[in-house]
Amino acid sequence: MTAALSVRNLRVEIPTRRGVLTAIDDLSFDIAPGEVLGVVGESGAGKSITGSAIIGLLDPPGRVAGGEILLSGERIDNLSPSAMRQIRGKRIGMIFQDPLTSLNPLYRIGDQLTETILTHEAISAKAAAEKAERLLVEVGIPAAGTRMSSYPHQFSGGMRQRVVIALALAADPELVIADEPTTALDVSVQAQIIALIKRLCKDRGTSVMLITHDMGVIAETADRVCVLYAGRLAEIGAVRDVVKRAQHPYTHGLMAAIPSLIDDPNEKLEQIPGSMPRLGAIPAGCAFNPRCTYRFGRCMRERPGIYPVGASDASCFLHDASGEAPPAAVVRNAIDAGIDVRASEGAEP
Amino acid sequence: MLAFAIRRLIQAIGVMLVVAMISFVMFRFVGDPVSQLVGNDTPPAERAQLRKELGLDDPIYVQFARFVDKAAHFDFGISYQIKQPVSTLIAQRLPATLELSIVSAILALVVGMPMGVYTGLYPHSWLSRLFLAISLAGISLPTFLIGILLIFIFSVNFGMLPSFGRGDVVSLGGYWTTGLLTRTGLQSIILPSITLGLFQMTLIMRLVRGEMLEVLRTDYIKFARARGLSRRAINFGHALKNTLVPVITITGLQLGSIIAFSIITETVFQWPGMGLLFLQAVQNVDIPIMAAYLLLIAFLFTLINFIVDLLYVAVDPRIRIGGAKA
Amino acid sequence: MSELTEMVETPADVPPGLARRVIDSDLFYSFRRSPLTMVAALVTVILVLAALLAPWIAPHDPFDPAKISIMDSLYPPVWSDGGQSGFLLGTDNQGRDVFSTILYGMRISLAVGFASVVLALFIGVTLGLIAGYVGGAVDSIIMRVADVQLTFPAILTALIIDGVARGIAGPRAYEDIVFWVLVLSIGLSFWVQYARTVRGSVLVEANKEYVLAARLIGLRPATIMFRHVLPNVLGPVLVIATINLALAIITEATLSFLGVGIPPTQPSLGTLIRIGDDFLFSGEWWITIFPGATLALLALAVNLLGDWLRDALNPKLR
Repeated sequence: MTAALSVRNLRVEIPTRRGVLTAIDDLSFDIAPGEVLGVVGESGAGKSITGSAIIGLLDPPGRVAGGEILLSGERIDNLSPSAMRQIRGKRIGMIFQDPLTSLNPLYRIGDQLTETILTHEAISAKAAAEKAERLLVEVGIPAAGTRMSSYPHQFSGGMRQRVVIALALAADPELVIADEPTTALDVSVQAQIIALIKRLCKDRGTSVMLITHDMGVIAETADRVCVLYAGRLAEIGAVRDVVKRAQHPYTHGLMAAIPSLIDDPNEKLEQIPGSMPRLGAIPAGCAFNPRCTYRFGRCMRERPGIYPVGASDASCFLHDASGEAPPAAVVRNAIDAGIDVRASEGAEP
Repeated sequence: MLAFAIRRLIQAIGVMLVVAMISFVMFRFVGDPVSQLVGNDTPPAERAQLRKELGLDDPIYVQFARFVDKAAHFDFGISYQIKQPVSTLIAQRLPATLELSIVSAILALVVGMPMGVYTGLYPHSWLSRLFLAISLAGISLPTFLIGILLIFIFSVNFGMLPSFGRGDVVSLGGYWTTGLLTRTGLQSIILPSITLGLFQMTLIMRLVRGEMLEVLRTDYIKFARARGLSRRAINFGHALKNTLVPVITITGLQLGSIIAFSIITETVFQWPGMGLLFLQAVQNVDIPIMAAYLLLIAFLFTLINFIVDLLYVAVDPRIRIGGAKA
Repeated sequence: MSELTEMVETPADVPPGLARRVIDSDLFYSFRRSPLTMVAALVTVILVLAALLAPWIAPHDPFDPAKISIMDSLYPPVWSDGGQSGFLLGTDNQGRDVFSTILYGMRISLAVGFASVVLALFIGVTLGLIAGYVGGAVDSIIMRVADVQLTFPAILTALIIDGVARGIAGPRAYEDIVFWVLVLSIGLSFWVQYARTVRGSVLVEANKEYVLAARLIGLRPATIMFRHVLPNVLGPVLVIATINLALAIITEATLSFLGVGIPPTQPSLGTLIRIGDDFLFSGEWWITIFPGATLALLALAVNLLGDWLRDALNPKLR
């Protein structure tokens, strides 16, 4: 079956006066039809940039410098601006982080909705207005009929995000990119919005790329998860596998750093030492190596590829069966921590 | 909405009172009103009599109240220099100034807005760079220099357009004179209105450009793009409408400064308006005219401000509904 | 957007050393990247130097009645028919060398410009700091006055102050104090922008924790203002001051042109243009066009610098 979205070796560059920075480096992943893919990473890992690159709205001077993006098998990264415009909104919907600033303050909610519908569908203004109202009902706006003529400032943050969702789904797209859709909202509203996105997309068979830094949201919502680190893929796999048995040392650290209500409150939370490198200062070899507890010689010299581990893929030499083998102590520690090392054990130093 | 209008009205009255106070202080304390009215050989007793008649011995607040009362009835006294009622002098000169100012403002808006929108949408095109260069020249060249240059080129060298005066004017109903209905009148207004409008035009262009660039960076424009709306809908529907609020404000306020700036243009072109009258008053320390002009300009400014505020409300629903703060 | 900025930002460990920091700074970088700005800076420096050194580089002393001869009047520039070799840009109606009067005139124009900017800056920054820090009634009074003042264009304020000074001093004494009257009237018409900017930053900064901390350790308000808050507003204030300098020079020229500024005996650029304006129709264009071009060049160069400074200090607009 053709993937709804297929990203192949994506490379995004940002030219600056201090040289060209690579914001996304050799990133590949697929989203199956109807699937929810979570994209996680620290801020600055390149999550939002990936989303913007897919929909063709990278902030200049950022640019797609390599790779392919395929929507249901068709390449869309090399389309003309006008052809791309017909894909945006129509085939890919987008939800942004801040509902307070996503809506034009000077236009009525109803007008913004019908405008979007009329752009993509050849129907009468009346039919568009009816569809807009149906959409508002669907996203759970009470008294949708009268709310059509309200302005954004008359809505609460959560209600505005519902409107934004309605706008993203207005033309029944095949893919929705939700970029931190709940970050700017109250905690109490977050769960509702996530549930809403999930339900609506499931009903329509829409694929979702859910960008967030909140592993809790991913665990609840996504089918698969893609972990980014410094613009590179660290690990991708089914949510269950990644949460329960992370294979990349970074993901592993990330999971250990999530506080749990069940855990002993006296137990210290684990944390990953150091911080993610700036784009201009990504170390040679594996980008994670300065912070990695399992690093060995090779990690400082070569860049790891993507290696299958169980049902997941991870970019770590621990899973590379060929090439220089990690020292025995490292392998033992990794296995103790629950990482399924595939590399053969090297000699004791 | 009504509460908003009333609040603004009260503020406007406050500003007018402050200006009236300045005018009054000028009127009362700069030079001696009595010695302006009588000769040097007038005996002191006669002077004292005159002081009493003019009410100059009354308490200051009484004098101020009288000043405000008279001003409200357009009575600004007699010009020291020309020996005619100031209100008559101003009424004669007002049409010339207003006509020139309004023609200039329309010129500035009609040319400046599209230039601003264009340079905002295509900041890197060569035409935008050209517009920006012109606008910088427009801001750097003093108005009077532009006037002199225009006269030098179009009047002295080519002899195409008149360099001074208003041309033939037609009287409308005895109150208003207009030069816009005669050929010489229309020819005469070309150079002064360009001179006066050029600075405002560059200002409007830069303002629209700045606002446009600002708005195009906002999330809702990005979201509008992500929804696949056409360029036209985004640029002229969503972006332009959002730039209108500040543009209306500044353009409105600019109309006020156009009237004041006409002092310079009127001097260069010997345009028989209020500005020329005021300038002669400053040179001759003709305080009643200065005070009256000051009050009149303040009044026009406040009036324009008030209208701008109401327009603002019409454009921005956040102010219109429930009076929520913008 | 925010993510992008975050990713591109320079590391915090900036190497010390002032020279290094200047060369490394965004300001210097944007300066070197813009040839127009470099030309503008060069022109400004040349003009300011020419004005400062006028007594030494001007071929004639236009203010010494003994050295000027009415016989030399109305010579055209050297390259025209009838031009005289000693008078590069021709002479005016009194036989003064136009090139020399321009150099001397620029001195006066620049002096008025700088002095009034300093005055406006002093008044504006002081009132802005007071309004922002003291708040309450003091704040409202200062800002209301600013509002009223903003209602009037600078040129009108300047004209009124000029007229009042004329009325109080009388015509004789007025000639002696006209320089200071101009400085006062221009300075007083430009203070509002500084006050508003400074007040705005003070309100932002005053709520920040370091100011609170400074208060808690017992620093006096004045110390906090000058040591901690003021440095934060230096950038915007510098931008306003640069653009104001161009405006002040233009305003002085305008007032002088209107005949309420510097008198013809010691003319500024504006006065020179006013004198020359009378001769435009009889064909002696050089008397007004050369001072006019100088004024335009000066204002344009300073404005370009101001523009560049504003763009360079405001990363949002880059």
